[in-house]
Amino acid sequence: MLNNELPVTRDTLLNEVAARRHQGYRFVTVTCVDLGDRFDIVYHFDKDYVLHNLRLSLGRTEELPSISPIFFAAVLVENELKDLFGIPVTDLAIDYGGRFLLSEGSPVAPQRKPDATPAQPAQPTDGAVK
Amino acid sequence: MSKRTIIPFGPQHPVLPEPIQLRLVMEEERVVEALPAIGYIHRGLEKLVEKKDFNQCVFLAERVCGICSFLHSVTYSQGIEEMMSVAVPDRAKFLRLIWGEIHRVHSHLLWLGLLADSFGFENVFMHAWRCREKVLDLMEKTAGHRVMLGTCCVGGVRRDITDEGLAEVLRVVDELQKEFDEFVPVVLNDYSIKQRTIGVGKLTKEQAAELGAVGPVARASGIARDFRETGYAAYGQVGFKIVTATSGDCYARIQVRCGEMYECLEMIRRAVKALPAGAINVAVKGNPSGEVVSRVEQPRGEVVYYLKGNGTKNLERMRIRTPTFANLAPLLAMLPGCELADVPVIVLSIDPCISCTER
Repeated sequence: MLNNELPVTRDTLLNEVAARRHQGYRFVTVTCVDLGDRFDIVYHFDKDYVLHNLRLSLGRTEELPSISPIFFAAVLVENELKDLFGIPVTDLAIDYGGRFLLSEGSPVAPQRKPDATPAQPAQPTDGAVK
Repeated sequence: MSKRTIIPFGPQHPVLPEPIQLRLVMEEERVVEALPAIGYIHRGLEKLVEKKDFNQCVFLAERVCGICSFLHSVTYSQGIEEMMSVAVPDRAKFLRLIWGEIHRVHSHLLWLGLLADSFGFENVFMHAWRCREKVLDLMEKTAGHRVMLGTCCVGGVRRDITDEGLAEVLRVVDELQKEFDEFVPVVLNDYSIKQRTIGVGKLTKEQAAELGAVGPVARASGIARDFRETGYAAYGQVGFKIVTATSGDCYARIQVRCGEMYECLEMIRRAVKALPAGAINVAVKGNPSGEVVSRVEQPRGEVVYYLKGNGTKNLERMRIRTPTFANLAPLLAMLPGCELADVPVIVLSIDPCISCTER
């Protein structure tokens, strides 16, 4: 467990993120850890050199709501989560369609541990961004 | 409304040292929107951590970036040390600072040369890189390597700098100061450089804060934020002054980095004079367990390492957020409104490092 950590759910995530924005926090990044049976998604925010973290426990088939409508800077790392872990992220401000870090022919969700419900391959987008 | 066209800038472009593509939506000569496309050099380094011993991962971290490599190994090592409650000897902290600031000078000189090259000022390019050679030589003399020093380890540093080596550091620092005194005023006052950079690629303080800009990009927009202020390694003992500018354009980013090069030299001098005697590392026993976030101020800004250990020799997760990754969203705000000819200058002004961004 990290210091200054608050557990959130998919229902409370966006409100908590909006509250951080309102309080003047800077978006730092998002970390995803594959625990085998679920994902730990940790959102890191900074204010005055102190990190504040929101931890979301996500089921392996659940969708993750994007925080990019609140912090636009999150859009790239959320596309990375989609690429590397095969997590479906909804309402992305810019959706690269699973082709942000990976290209056609790349392994599907290479950082995702094997499970009973493998990630769906990204739809071919011939390089175009939706 | 004029007809819009999309121009792909990169991934192969004469001013880009590494591949990134910007899809520029243009109205005649003016950029109205830009979208980055990366993925040309993703190496999956974070995944490799699961297969390597946590001590081997110091070398892995060092190879995330070919420019600020030493600072990656410091960030990683500090994270593991925090997780394992390892007290690093003071001398090792000072040596990390000295090599870290030498790296910063080398990185800023490399950037200055590339930026000058982007608008065709070849003399500045050659002069900056000539100075950088002295810095690389200094790294070779003190660490045995010119870029990948390999001196940082979990628990301290692997190699000490001898008294002769420290004297050489001070001599080269004085020499660099003279070089900077000669050419930095030229860079900052040159008519053509000012014409190409003042008012170009502006990022307001509000935009920088909103979009999470870090490092010199944020400081050039008036945000006085530098993670060295927290006093990690020996920064708390050596002292440190944040260099900022307010105009938020490409020129301000030149001002900040030039100011930082002088500040680096001052810090190196103070650290060499105050370098304590004693051990340079401690033995580390056991395996890391728990979670930490380690942050360090690199030449391009704050780098973030999330590390999770599970009590075995292999880490469960290492996640790296590099400063260029954080500065991509601000870059998208700098480009709209500029002319096509300014795009290379604006892109170079954030000092992009794509290989560490993609990892």
